[in-house]
Parts: sequence; structure tokens; C-alpha cells
Amino acid sequence: MKVRAQFAFVFNLDKCIGCHTCSVTCKNVWTNRKGVEYAWFNNVESKPGIGYPKQWENQEVWRGGWELKDGKLQLKSGSKLDRLLNIFGNPDMPEIDDYYEPFTFDYAHLQNAPLSEAAPTARPVSQITGEKMEKITWGPNWEDDLAGEFEKRSKDSNMHNLEKEIYKQFENTFHMYLPRICNHCINPACVASCPSGSMYKREEDGIVLVDQDKCRGWRMCVSSCPYKKVYYNWESGKAEKCIGCYPRVESGMPTVCSESCVGRIRYNGIMLYDADKIEALASVPDEQDLYQAQLDIFLDPNDPEVIKQARLDGIQEDWIIAAQKSPIYKMAVDWKIAFPMHPEFRTLPMVWYVPPLSPVQSHIDQGGLSSDPGSVIPPVENLRLPVKYLANLLTAGKEAPIVSALKRMIAMRAYQRSIHVEGKADTRALDEIGMSEEMALEMYRYLAIANYEDRFVIPSGHEEVRLEDFYAFQGQNGFTFGNDSSPGISPNSLFPERRKETVESRDPAPSADER
Amino acid sequence: MDLHQLVFGVYPYICLVTFVLGSWIRFDHEQYTWKSDSSQLLSKSGLRMFSNFFHIGIIAIFFGHFVGLLTPHSVFLALGVSDMAHQGIAILAGGLFGTLALVGGLGLWLRRLFNKRVRAASRWMDINILGWILLTLVMGMATLPFSIGHAEHGDATVMLRLADWVQSVVTLQPNPELLRGVDTVFKMHIFLGMSVFLFFPFTRLVHIWSAPFGYLFRAYQIVRSKRPV
Repeated sequence: MKVRAQFAFVFNLDKCIGCHTCSVTCKNVWTNRKGVEYAWFNNVESKPGIGYPKQWENQEVWRGGWELKDGKLQLKSGSKLDRLLNIFGNPDMPEIDDYYEPFTFDYAHLQNAPLSEAAPTARPVSQITGEKMEKITWGPNWEDDLAGEFEKRSKDSNMHNLEKEIYKQFENTFHMYLPRICNHCINPACVASCPSGSMYKREEDGIVLVDQDKCRGWRMCVSSCPYKKVYYNWESGKAEKCIGCYPRVESGMPTVCSESCVGRIRYNGIMLYDADKIEALASVPDEQDLYQAQLDIFLDPNDPEVIKQARLDGIQEDWIIAAQKSPIYKMAVDWKIAFPMHPEFRTLPMVWYVPPLSPVQSHIDQGGLSSDPGSVIPPVENLRLPVKYLANLLTAGKEAPIVSALKRMIAMRAYQRSIHVEGKADTRALDEIGMSEEMALEMYRYLAIANYEDRFVIPSGHEEVRLEDFYAFQGQNGFTFGNDSSPGISPNSLFPERRKETVESRDPAPSADER
Repeated sequence: MDLHQLVFGVYPYICLVTFVLGSWIRFDHEQYTWKSDSSQLLSKSGLRMFSNFFHIGIIAIFFGHFVGLLTPHSVFLALGVSDMAHQGIAILAGGLFGTLALVGGLGLWLRRLFNKRVRAASRWMDINILGWILLTLVMGMATLPFSIGHAEHGDATVMLRLADWVQSVVTLQPNPELLRGVDTVFKMHIFLGMSVFLFFPFTRLVHIWSAPFGYLFRAYQIVRSKRPV
């Protein structure tokens, strides 16, 4: 056993309202720069839909993630030699149009246009070429709230074994939001594919990063990440990705997307796992066993054996306590209501999702909660969102765990409804699925109330034990002897310059008294 | 010292020193700029074919020159490679891979010039260096008729003098006189080729130093620890 700590997430899709606050705060903090205008470390997709970039889930197209070859784990893009042979032109590389051509608008024209009959318009301007664009044809959230034709949306690969025709009908339409960030996987395909070895997982918290100095722009990570969460900065020529807001996390703060989430759907916490089991568990033969495999890699932070080994492996005491209080552990392991997204990619992702409940069909709704007289919990097939769809998204198609999670959530709601509406606790729904009142109350506290201190249990980093000479390190940021904290270039460098200018129009606005 | 001696006696060292020191300084001070600078994200069509043609061609040519010019004459003879065989191989391989690199390079250059997105993301040095390499390639290909002419007369002296000159430069005993009577086209090609080394540290060519062979021998996963190990 080798204990490692992982900074992990749960997103409670049941409460996501698709407001994109997470995306916008993240954008403003991390990717509001030249070369990554098109990159969204955090994005929210409307599902069903083909997503951003187009068809990212379809690994027949992008060949991302891992697969088993003769029982052995190998990247879907082939052997290491295969990738080196493709280094001059990566056949699986998405093109900018698969994301979208980044654009701004010619806002200055609104101020500078001469007097005219019709109101002046701000035309879109490409942020790459600086030229006016005829028409914007795709964006990071083009399918917002089921926009566009069903034909196109239904290319969503989670629809593959659903009867699409049924869901085409207006009455049967279903919809959910899927916020996505880097999964900071335990078995990251991007790290494994990087020819220059610039990508790495941090030992202390498992955050996956790109060493910007060491990256050579071979761009294998972009195609190998099955979630398409590594982006190529076309200006700097380097790979960039969600950094798990590590400067915040190190000081005990939640990531900016989590902190700003108005629906309080995001949970940050620590998970302990056994690093010796990674390869074995990522290579279980049946895809549908991967969800269970990932549960098996987690270690019980209350087990004295685990605690002993964790201390030996250099995990600090407050991290062990944080792991014991982890909201992630509660939802993923104790209650089994959270699931990894697309475990079949075999990367062991560490952003887990609570599946969303959805309205039961209206005719049942009018007659009461359940259509099944023997039960107080409605059969989950009556939920508007097909269980199969959720299973394709979260458990490689295995429906039983999803059904169980949805039932627990419904039972918790029914129980709380009886308390708050009828004034006395009705435990029939809980009894039916063998759930204790205590668990229902705790689930209610975490899911419905979602207090800040319950959502975010983040121990601060321990730089003091890692640095050999921490006194010498203090006060250095911004003034080092190297150029690691500087913009990296002096104005008259011999070497290729970085261009930071944007394509915004610099036309001066007319002064107020000019007539 | 006349211009000839300057270009073939001194210039090679300016190029080599700039090549080595410049690369070293850039790697040390501006590693963030050390990259292949791929533009594949911006435009995919045709890139894969042209890029493969260009790279395979140019790598083959580089090693062809390296082995052909730096191997001492006596070693070739000891291996049973006659001068005429040497010249024949050089003409055939140079012609084949030169064409490959030229086709690929031209495709890439036109893409860089006329694809709006790629052009917008290009620095002038990106356009220049590819143009310069293409010019060198064209000049190299232009030596072929001369080499074929020499070969038809069973005359390998020019080739041997070129090799001797290269060896004189790398052994720090430069002898520009060896190139005195050689056809101008060879001299042009040599000048252009040397200049590529001069420009090297100031361009994206530095990614050549970082050819990632180590990838084949490392474990898939990399974990970095801040703890003193």
C-alpha cells in the first residue's frame, strides 16, 4: 500500500442551473490572455449535445484515453513509438473550429460611427486574425438549453444505445447541465502521452500541471486527454490546462469555480488512495467494472492501518483529518450518490458527479409520487431523464448504481418533504430502500443546505516541510534571480517576442463636445 | 584575407559558435520560448502530409550530409565504398529526400504565407527561416546536375574536396583553399546552409535539440514531489 492524497471534486448536477458563473470567473482569472481566448478550463454544457469541443466524448473520433490491448493498458492513440512517429502531424489533433474561432466585437464602432439612420452595429472580429467575421457559427456553449436541431444534438455519444426517435418528440425532451473542468485523473492520459515529460501529477495533492518551461508543443496531450481539457495556446505554443487553482488550494481556499458557484453544487475535498493499485484497477477487463474499481482504489481514512501508512508516506496530520471529513468521501463512498464521468476512458477521473433528478412524467405527478401502488418511490424509469443516458455518462452504461443513487435522493426528498410540509417524519421511502434517518439528515445537510464549511474541506499546503530553506524563500515572489516570476522577456530580446496585444479596436472615441 | 577566405575560413566558426552558445543561452534564460511552435491547431488541412514530407526529407538529408561529409575518406575506402559509389548514393539519396523536403517545405511555406490564421500567428522569423531553408534546398538540388556531370566523367574530386573542407573546419584547421575552384552553386549552397546554423538559436529550429527520444524509455506517469528525496 502506498498512500497518496488527492484534491478531488464532486459536482451536484441536481442543483446546477447552468448559469455559467463558474466558467466566467475561471475565464477572467486564468484564460483571459492571448492564445487561449478559445480555451475554457471550466465550461458548462447543455446535455444532450455534442459539447465543446465538438464530439469530445467520441473517442472513435479523437482516440483519447486508454484502452486494453491484449489485456494491457495502452493509450488509445497507440504505443509510445506510434506517437513519436506522428509527432510531425498529430492525426488526432482537434482544429480551432472544433472549439470555435475566438471572437470579440468591434465595440469602438458603436462610439465612432458617423450619424446614420440605423443604429450602428458591432460586428464580430476574429481574435486570431483580427479580421471581421461574416458570421459566428459556433461557440463554447452553442447548444445552450437545447438550442439547435435535435438531429445535431443527438450525435451526443451518450445517446448511442437510446431510442433517439422517442426523445425527439417535444413531450419527451430531456435536458441537463454538465459543468466540466480537468478531472485531475489518477491515471492521466495527458501525462502519459507527453513526449517531453513536461506534464506531471503533484505528489502532495494530485493536481495535474504542465511545466510551461519544459513543454515543447508536441501537442499529444491535447488529443490524448479524453475530456479535451488540455488546450494548445496558439500564441505561446505551449499546452495549458486547468491548474486546479493550486495557488488558492495551497492556502486552503476552494477553486475559483467552486467558490463562485451560486448553486453551491461544488464540493472540494481530500481523498486518500492506494497508488500501488492504479495500473491493476485501471485495467479491469469489463468497462462497467471501472466505477467499482475506482471505488476500490480509495482508502478508508478512518482505518488505523491506512492512517499509519499515510503518515509513513509523508501525509500531514491535518490532511488525514481533512480526508476523514471529506465531503467527497461521503458522497462517493459512504452514500454512493456520486460517480466519475466516463470511467470507461480508464483515466480514473477525480471530478465526480451526483446525477440530476428530473420531473416524473406529468400524468403520474398528478396522481401522486408513485405510479407503482406498492411503492412510495416512483420507478426511476418514470423520470424524464433516461437512466440509460446518465449511466452512459457516469458508469459506462451500468444502470444499477445510478438507479440506487437516484432512489436515495428521492427518498431523502420525500422524507424531508414529510417533515417540512406535513410536519411529521414519514420514513416509508427511507425504509423501502434501507436508508437510515441519520443518513437522510446528513445528506440533506450536504446536498440541500450545502454549508460552506461542509462543501469545502481543504487543508492548506505544507510548504514549510517541503522547502529545505524556507526562510530564504520568503519575500522572493516577483524578485527572483531567474526570470520565473517576470513576464519572461525583455523588450529588446533577440529571441521570439511574446505578443500580448489584443485585437480590440484602438480607435479613439470622439470627445463629448465634438459636433 | 579575401572574401573567399572570410566566408569559408571564418564564417563557419561564427555560425557554429552562435549555434552552440546561442542555443545554450536561450535554453538557460528563455526556456519558455523553447518549442516547436506548431500551428496545427489553427489549420489542419494538408499539414500532416507536408509536415511529414518536410521533416522526413530534411532529417534524411541532415544525416546524409553528416555521414557523407564527416566520415574520413580512409574509412569509406576501408569499408569498400568507392568514391564513385559514394557519389552515386549521395546523388540518389540527396535527390530523393531533397525533393521530398522541397515539396513538403513549399507546402508548409505557402500555408504559412497564405492561410490567414497561420499567417496571423506567424512571427516574421517563422516565415524567413522556412524560406531560407527552402532556398538552401533549392541550391542543394541545383548542385545535382553538376554532381551528375562529375560522376559521368568518373570524377569525384569535387565531392572529396567538399568533404575535406568540412573536415578541416570541424578539426579546427580550416582550409578555405580547398573550395577555391569549386562551382559557385556549391559555394552558394554551403553559404546558405552555414547560415541556417547562424539563425538557428533565434528561431523555432531550437526544437530540434529537444527531439523526445527519452519518451520511449520512461514510465507513463510522472509524479513530482516537493519533498526532499
